[in-house]
Amino acid sequence: MRIDRRSVLKGIGAGVGVAALGAPAVRAQAKPVRIGFMTVKTGPLASGGIQMEQALNLYLKERNNMMAGVPVELYTVDTGGAPAVARTKMQELVERNGIAAMIGPLSTQEALALDDYIRETKTPTISVAAADDMTQRRANPWFVRVTSTSSQCAQVMGDYAAKDLKYKRCSTIADDIAYGHEQNSGFQRVFEEEGGKIVQKLWPPLAVPDYGTYIAQINTKVDGMFAAFAGSNGFRFFRQFNEYGLKGKIPLLGGMTAFDESLLQQMGDDAIGLLSVNYYSATIDTATNKKFVAGMVRDYKVEPGYYGAATYTAGAVLEAALKTTGGKDDKQALMNALRTNKVEDTVRGPVAFDKYGNAVGNIYIRRVEKQNGRLVNAVIKTYENVSQFWKYNPEEFLKNPVYSRDYPPAKFLEN
Amino acid sequence: MTRSFIALLLIAVLLALVPFMMDDFFINLCSQILCYALFAVSLNLIVGYGGMTSLGHAAYFGIAAYAVTWLHTVAGWDHLTSAIGAVGVATGTAAVFGVLALRASGLSFLMITLALGQIVWGVAYRWVALTQGDNGMRFPQRPAPFGIDINGAMSFYYFSLIVFAVSVYVIWRVVNSPFGASLRGARDQPRRMRMLGHDVWMIRWAAFVMSGFWAAVAGLLFVYYQKFVSPYAVSLQQSAEVLLMTILGGASTLTGPMVGAIIVTLVKNVASTYVERWNALLGLIFVLAVVFMPTGLVPGFRRLISRKKPAAAPADETATPPAAAPERAS
Repeated sequence: MRIDRRSVLKGIGAGVGVAALGAPAVRAQAKPVRIGFMTVKTGPLASGGIQMEQALNLYLKERNNMMAGVPVELYTVDTGGAPAVARTKMQELVERNGIAAMIGPLSTQEALALDDYIRETKTPTISVAAADDMTQRRANPWFVRVTSTSSQCAQVMGDYAAKDLKYKRCSTIADDIAYGHEQNSGFQRVFEEEGGKIVQKLWPPLAVPDYGTYIAQINTKVDGMFAAFAGSNGFRFFRQFNEYGLKGKIPLLGGMTAFDESLLQQMGDDAIGLLSVNYYSATIDTATNKKFVAGMVRDYKVEPGYYGAATYTAGAVLEAALKTTGGKDDKQALMNALRTNKVEDTVRGPVAFDKYGNAVGNIYIRRVEKQNGRLVNAVIKTYENVSQFWKYNPEEFLKNPVYSRDYPPAKFLEN
Repeated sequence: MTRSFIALLLIAVLLALVPFMMDDFFINLCSQILCYALFAVSLNLIVGYGGMTSLGHAAYFGIAAYAVTWLHTVAGWDHLTSAIGAVGVATGTAAVFGVLALRASGLSFLMITLALGQIVWGVAYRWVALTQGDNGMRFPQRPAPFGIDINGAMSFYYFSLIVFAVSVYVIWRVVNSPFGASLRGARDQPRRMRMLGHDVWMIRWAAFVMSGFWAAVAGLLFVYYQKFVSPYAVSLQQSAEVLLMTILGGASTLTGPMVGAIIVTLVKNVASTYVERWNALLGLIFVLAVVFMPTGLVPGFRRLISRKKPAAAPADETATPPAAAPERAS
């Protein structure tokens, strides 16, 4: 009996506590803004999630925990990559911590699982989850993405391969998940519309222990191969690709997470010359980015890549929006500010948003080079103001089904 | 009788009062615990009472979740028929899988259920046209049973509580029925049961199908709560987690899996906020339980209490004497 009396008291205590916390709102100004941060610190996605956390911590540290003149209270939660847990964690952030906005989640599955809850609670959400439809056919009005859809970068690579590299025949290999499908199809569509032919598509499962059987099938009569891998798969594939003696025979074109900065040093000198496409590169030559990279190297001994840059950019975008609203406690105003602001000086370059909530910004073609004894993804070409729809008309683009394993259909497959 | 009756009444009152003592977050958490507790209790039918350890139980849970979503959103059935259809599909799958898996027992049974579970996972993951692959499917709107809106945290909790209470009551009746006795008999002394004229295979298969049925009901609660289902719901991880709940709390007791569900859900959702290595914490709890209470927490604590007060009668109707465990042919 004692237990439940105590719980009742606790409940009353919590009620009083909430009331007390609510009260100082009248005093305004110094009232902290509460930000939820949903990441993954356990399980297979942890390496990216931990980098996201490091970068966000760095962002706040550099600003003495202040954004737009208000102190920031950051609530970090770990979902382990599980959609069902993500939901509970978000409820905790919204209902108990009373967050004004959320940065995260990391994975597409989590984002889709949270989709209706985000709408219901009207929580401005800044995520890296790349699924095309989060900002296309199922666009959520409370969702913005500061990075890139799965296909956004890949479409650029398709253009680069056809126009600059003058490739005629390409093959593709990608993880057999929606993320891989969407990247691949983005590459294929643009490449084929500009005269190229995709002659082979390979789909190794996400957790395949060995790429040998797939590498053995590779059609060698191609100009290049587009490789869209997530996590450390790009690195594992690349190592086996070399062991099978294909290095130099088929040029590899990496998707946005295939040859990430976080794995580059482990890849060794064999990696020199690899091309990849991303919304970011640690070598971008701006003061903002140099400071960010130096900070990450100083505090965590890592060069930031896809995930690190994502939360650092999210921080910048959120701060700009808070400046616009003046720290008012108004979610709609914050959301409008997030979507309409153009943030000129982020680590990835200028960022604006389309009406679906996705970033319109620079996309970089990068080549692995050795600078000062370290491997870097040096920028060799910048495509400015790239939209998720590439050069297509958004309305027409959205009439097509979402990119998948079989859409658009590949007309030139051999073998 | 009287003591356990009072305890039951107390728990019932406590459960009914939950929404008045907590904020929405915890009420939602309690709804989830109820869902997982029912799931674990369903698994316990075969693991605890039947002595058949399964690593593919998420299949029926997930199939029901997927089926109700598909029937409701794609086929356009209404809530009630799609729920009935989904439970039917999942139970039917359990019936077929049972025929396959019950060709073996012990470790082979475990491996067959694991393989069958992985097939379901594979379908959920790869048959994109049917299941939308790893993007998962959304369940648009919770049903309104008898016109009552259950979108709020509190009303959904009561909905879960009623479903849970009814389910557990039926399971309790089954476990304490002659069928339950013959199931335990088939676990402990299959040969003797056969000599007595029982069809051991049929008893096990019936328990397997029932277990699938209740897992399907839990799957419905899951999808109504989450309004979303993805291949994660049918993954090996989900199967392993529910097995962990069952064994941690104490298989072969009715309350054990519920306690296990409470602990696992709390560690996963609440402790993970404070403890970065919450997986390790869960592992530690499990190791400690295995070392000090190898039959699970509920039987373990029960024995502790009865040792302290030797005068008190050894509790509870459904508990198996731990002495029976080592003899189990597994």
